[in-house]
Amino acid sequence: MIEGVCRHAAWLAALVLGLAALPLHATTLTIGVLARADDERLDPHRVELAYLGHPGGPLLQSVDVAIKESQFELDAAGLLVKVDAVQARDASEAATLLQRLERSGAAAIVLDLPAEWIARGAPAVRVPLLNAGEPDDTLRAGQCQPNLLHTYPSERMRADALAQTLASRRWSRVLLLYGPSQDDTTRLATVQASIKRFGLKPVAARAFKLSADPRERDLANPLLLTANVDYDVVWVIDSDGEFARSLPYRISLPRPVVGDGGLFALAWAPNFERFGAPQLARRFLRGAGRPMTGHDWAGWIATKAILQAALDKAFTPAAQLKAFVQPGFTLDGFKGVRLSFRTWDRQLRQPLLLTDGQGVVALAPAEGILHPSNVLDTLGGDAPEGLCKTR
Amino acid sequence: MASRRHFRAALSALCLAAATTTAHGKDTGMAFVSSEKDNALAVIDVKSLAVTGTIPTCKRPRYMQFLPDATTLMVACGDSNRADLIDVAARKVVGNVPLGDDPEAFDLSPDGKFAYVSNEEDGALNIVELASKKVVKSITVGKEPEGVKTSPDGSRVYVTSEVANMVHVIDPVAGKVVKNVQVGMRPRRLAFSADGGELWVSNELGASVSIISTRDLTVVQTINFEVRGMRPDDIRPVGMTLARDGKTMFVALGHASHVAFVDVASRKTTNLVLVGKRAWNVALNRDGSRLFVANGLSDDVTVVDVAQAKAIKTVPVGRVPYMVIVDD
Repeated sequence: MIEGVCRHAAWLAALVLGLAALPLHATTLTIGVLARADDERLDPHRVELAYLGHPGGPLLQSVDVAIKESQFELDAAGLLVKVDAVQARDASEAATLLQRLERSGAAAIVLDLPAEWIARGAPAVRVPLLNAGEPDDTLRAGQCQPNLLHTYPSERMRADALAQTLASRRWSRVLLLYGPSQDDTTRLATVQASIKRFGLKPVAARAFKLSADPRERDLANPLLLTANVDYDVVWVIDSDGEFARSLPYRISLPRPVVGDGGLFALAWAPNFERFGAPQLARRFLRGAGRPMTGHDWAGWIATKAILQAALDKAFTPAAQLKAFVQPGFTLDGFKGVRLSFRTWDRQLRQPLLLTDGQGVVALAPAEGILHPSNVLDTLGGDAPEGLCKTR
Repeated sequence: MASRRHFRAALSALCLAAATTTAHGKDTGMAFVSSEKDNALAVIDVKSLAVTGTIPTCKRPRYMQFLPDATTLMVACGDSNRADLIDVAARKVVGNVPLGDDPEAFDLSPDGKFAYVSNEEDGALNIVELASKKVVKSITVGKEPEGVKTSPDGSRVYVTSEVANMVHVIDPVAGKVVKNVQVGMRPRRLAFSADGGELWVSNELGASVSIISTRDLTVVQTINFEVRGMRPDDIRPVGMTLARDGKTMFVALGHASHVAFVDVASRKTTNLVLVGKRAWNVALNRDGSRLFVANGLSDDVTVVDVAQAKAIKTVPVGRVPYMVIVDD
């Protein structure tokens, strides 16, 4: 039912947009959008909490904003854009829907799915898939696929961005606090690797638990969790968000909190002031009726990439994938520099924004960080590591 | 004295054909600087190169241009959705014109009756009749239109779109887009060659300048820039102005903190002059001997001696300087 309504709305939007100036020889570009049905992350009560780094609304809204802002070029080129938006309930349905979208002529498909669903669905099709919501690093490494691109920054990119920022401030002694979920454990390992990479010093890693039980206060009380050790900064890993949100100013030493509380490394912040960002933020706010998050930015830039490839006339069947990774293919993401897809893991290289939710305090890569070819490649898996074997 | 100066100005205007459509003021001997976060213009004495005062104006002043009366400076304010009209001799606001949502830049029709305004929010070029203060036409263009330039004969208006990566060629009478010319990434500003045959377009993220033939309305050449020791992504050309002799184009390179002197004939960069951070718009004094550069991220204006190709002074001004206009 929900799926039907969504699809209908998207078609209608495409129709209205397309009719504005329909040229005589219009060609149609179909963009597939595949998200998860009954997305818990988008439960209204959860969205209301507005945890930084969590999605603020459906992927489709960012797709629509991108199409709408490109309408002038699309009309001029005689390109009619159709959005086919569907939702899957599980991994196997996701694979089926991907195949269906491919058969019905989608030039590319934007995804907001869990990592396992992507890993299972991507090999089922050949059409380019743009992951706009999943940070899992294995999708960029062992489970990478030749047709799978990523606009959402990987977990490691975000950890590298924070580690660089701490290194540039010389806040090198890090106390790690991590949550109870499997996700938290995986992300802890990623953070520890970034800490090592940028020469920071982990002083301790302590597990926390949300609890009011006095018998568990060693795990739940921020003062106790951060006592008996000296550090420059507390790095909290909390995929859920509730514990980390109230951690700053409640620790035993007067030190900053970073990670999933305090200072975050994100793909986007709605209050970013540089590089024409306020215009994009305002367009999104007007189009979607809510502030633009990092997930929205990833969906927006994924759609812009598809539209640009189509406008470049690169979308011949044989060249579909190459279009995104060819050397001249660069995008304007309103982050000050030209963005492009890495050839080795097809991740969109991009600066990340360091924000406390009120303002953007720094950008990564940090000033002074060097790289032999592109400094953006200091965030995430670099070519020599050879993490993704499929080209 | 004054008449001789005017004669000289008239002569140079003739020599350059219609390349310099910008009217000069009443020789106040001052340079005016708009700063995005100040709601005021800084006034610099062109001889002493010191700030002598400020003129309070509307919110987020950016693009400025003299009206043909040569005494009134029109200042577009992005956050006030209007332009203030400033009497530069009296140093005060004497009127205003509504310009629609978030006006960034504009140019005037040659008779000074109409302003062609790029409205970032609407994705439109609005034609505003200054006498009636009304938007008489609104022409849809690509999103985030920016630089606007009227052709010398007034028959065309060129406007860049930062999102569509195009220069839209507009017939202002018909109120229609005549042609869209694809240029580099994030096109910002426009400048004519001396004979008006070429339109130079700065591409901020393309790190280049596209040169459009105004006869064929096609890109005839693209100039790329390199600065030693700077990352290619820091080279973001924005402001441009043509030397008084028409032989050199001055191109501010944004985050690369340099101004490039480009030989118009050979398209070669002959000099790179180090200025402040995020060199934005550039303007010449009347005899063309000095170039004023607004530095957006160091809150100052660098004054460059053109003959020596060297910065001679840096003047602290307001917060986030956007543009300088010299009235010496």
